[in-house]
Amino acid sequence: MMKRDRTSANHGFWYFMGKLWADRMGRWGLIALAITTFIAVICPIFFPFDPSKVGADAASILTGPSKTHLLGSDELGRDVLRQFFTGARISLFVGIMATVISTIVGSGLGIFAGYYMGRLDGILMRITDFFLVVPALPLMIALGAIFGQNITVIIMVIGFLSWPRTARIVRSQTLSLRQRQFVPRAKSLGSSNLRIIRTHIVPHVMPLIVANTILVVAGCILSEATLSFIGLGDPDRISWGTMLHFSFVSGAIGRGAWWYFLPPGFGILFIVLGFTLVGHSFEKITNPRLGGSE
Amino acid sequence: MSKKLALSIEDLHVTYQLNGASGKNKVARAVDGVDLQVAVGETLALVGESGSGKTSMANAIMRLIDPSAGKIVIDGVDVVPLQGKGLRSMRRNFQMIFQDPFESLDPRQRVIEAVMEPLEIHGIGGSESERREMALAALAQAGLRPAAEIGERFTHQLSGGQRQRVAIASAIILKPALIIADEPVSMLDVSLRAGILRVMADLRDQLGVSYLFITHDLSLAWMFADRIAVIYLGRIVEEASAVDLIANPMHPYTKALVSVIPVPEVTALEDRIILTGEIPSPASIPSGCRFHPRCPLFRELGEPEQCLTQDPVLQIQSNAESHHVACFFSEHNKGNQ
Ligand SMILES: Nc1ncnc2c1ncn2[C@@H]1O[C@H](COP(=O)(O)OP(=O)(O)O)[C@@H](O)[C@H]1O
Ligand code: SF4
Ligand SMILES: [Mg+2]
Repeated sequence: MMKRDRTSANHGFWYFMGKLWADRMGRWGLIALAITTFIAVICPIFFPFDPSKVGADAASILTGPSKTHLLGSDELGRDVLRQFFTGARISLFVGIMATVISTIVGSGLGIFAGYYMGRLDGILMRITDFFLVVPALPLMIALGAIFGQNITVIIMVIGFLSWPRTARIVRSQTLSLRQRQFVPRAKSLGSSNLRIIRTHIVPHVMPLIVANTILVVAGCILSEATLSFIGLGDPDRISWGTMLHFSFVSGAIGRGAWWYFLPPGFGILFIVLGFTLVGHSFEKITNPRLGGSE
Repeated sequence: MSKKLALSIEDLHVTYQLNGASGKNKVARAVDGVDLQVAVGETLALVGESGSGKTSMANAIMRLIDPSAGKIVIDGVDVVPLQGKGLRSMRRNFQMIFQDPFESLDPRQRVIEAVMEPLEIHGIGGSESERREMALAALAQAGLRPAAEIGERFTHQLSGGQRQRVAIASAIILKPALIIADEPVSMLDVSLRAGILRVMADLRDQLGVSYLFITHDLSLAWMFADRIAVIYLGRIVEEASAVDLIANPMHPYTKALVSVIPVPEVTALEDRIILTGEIPSPASIPSGCRFHPRCPLFRELGEPEQCLTQDPVLQIQSNAESHHVACFFSEHNKGNQ
């Protein structure tokens, strides 16, 4: 008669940190995230990047690593290392803000559609079907190009185009939750639907939302890097993607100025990998039957 | 009828739309015209085999599903037309104990939260600490001691018997006029059943609640209830005081159920009657008397035409005012003994 597993019920933050650390995938992910977070949050405080601090003459342009510029200089003679630190901050910031939008919209719609079903559900499923067929990236590019190179625009475009996957999986779990007997019981106690959602649906969907959110961050950072690389990034807020863009258009890649394009490239790879590893590890922890894959 | 009623059901119908693969949409009449009354302080047992429509009836009374027709008057108010806020605030008058305690409690709630929840919903108790006190008292009343310690556990950490006590505590905390208990012990270990039933009986004595006690076990109904209504395929076929119904069953279906009660004083009266066949689907209720395909009396009487063409209604029997039977030949049946 003891049916479902309830291993993931009722645990706090440190419980999950411990579980992630115990998992090999999760541990490497956590290490990667700790390093990038340190680079993004702490390093720019001590080594701020001043975009107006350009080189004095032609000799200071695209120089290799030296004592004054540990990671060389860019096409305007600015310090690449400081730029790299700030770039981490922007990449992470855009990724997280876009994820916040995506998660709120996706989870909200998924829960309401799954709980109430009916017409809202039909509309939502049409929309997510649309996004599953039409890839989001070309849409992002089009919208980014229309609305201009501005960090807010980029966050909104990425955020509002990344929620369908979240909506879909949250909806399907909500659908199965509302079949559980504690929902009619709460109703029979006199609970309103909103209250049932708040006290009996959201706490159950939360682990799924968290696991999914971590994976969405990875996707959003990658989307930002892509948009910025093709030149739609905010030129005043240089992210790793923007760095790649300028290293490309300035011919740094052609001139073999590896110190300029390798750090942001590996940075993106590293941070996306970090979020992906932690996300999948978390998924595995909260849903042991998943076995790490969908 | 001058008794004050906790529950009065009139001509209740519950139907399910079946989306059959056959293409044609069929309708299952799970509850097919039921009248029932439960007086204040009384326990009425609703007895019937699995699939007879007991849970459908309970869910309709609880307004968890919409009846397709009929009145459900609880504490003087017809709850069928109620919607939204009006319905929600009425709900404290009627509570349910669900069949499966492993499913009916939220595993992510602490016990104390589950019992305080109805108070929060209805804004009862001035403060959090007052509500906590009330919840602890209800837990103790339901036999969960030490209440303070058990209250801190998560519901999924409890045994089935303990969970059902939590369900009882959270049902009585609203002081409802009526409690519907849908097979409250059928999912529990036999050894735990008596304890749960004792708690329910104590609450009846202390709080004067009325029960609609649903069970498939006639002997349990006999033990626990004042009156018994026997349901077959969505229709009450016999209703009488518990003592009268067991001692003097008149409907052939009830006779069969009584004959297999594993109590010597009952079974010694005559041989056991084993019913053949299964309860039919509520999507294809037999014509005439819905019991005729399985009715021993029908065969004994040479398959009378009346049973095939007419639907017997629940009628008062001449010998006892409160004994109702839905069978054309129940008097004959009685004389036949
Ligand atoms: N949601 C539903 N949809 C269709 N048929 C149902 C549904 N719920 C119950 N039934 C049918 O209604 C009949 C009565 O079921 P139920 O009320 O659960 O009976 P009981 O509780 O006495 O076992 C059964 O034949 C069952 O298959
Ligand atoms: S009416 Fe006929 S078929 Fe129905 S119970 Fe009585 S004897 Fe049996
Ligand atoms: Mg049932």
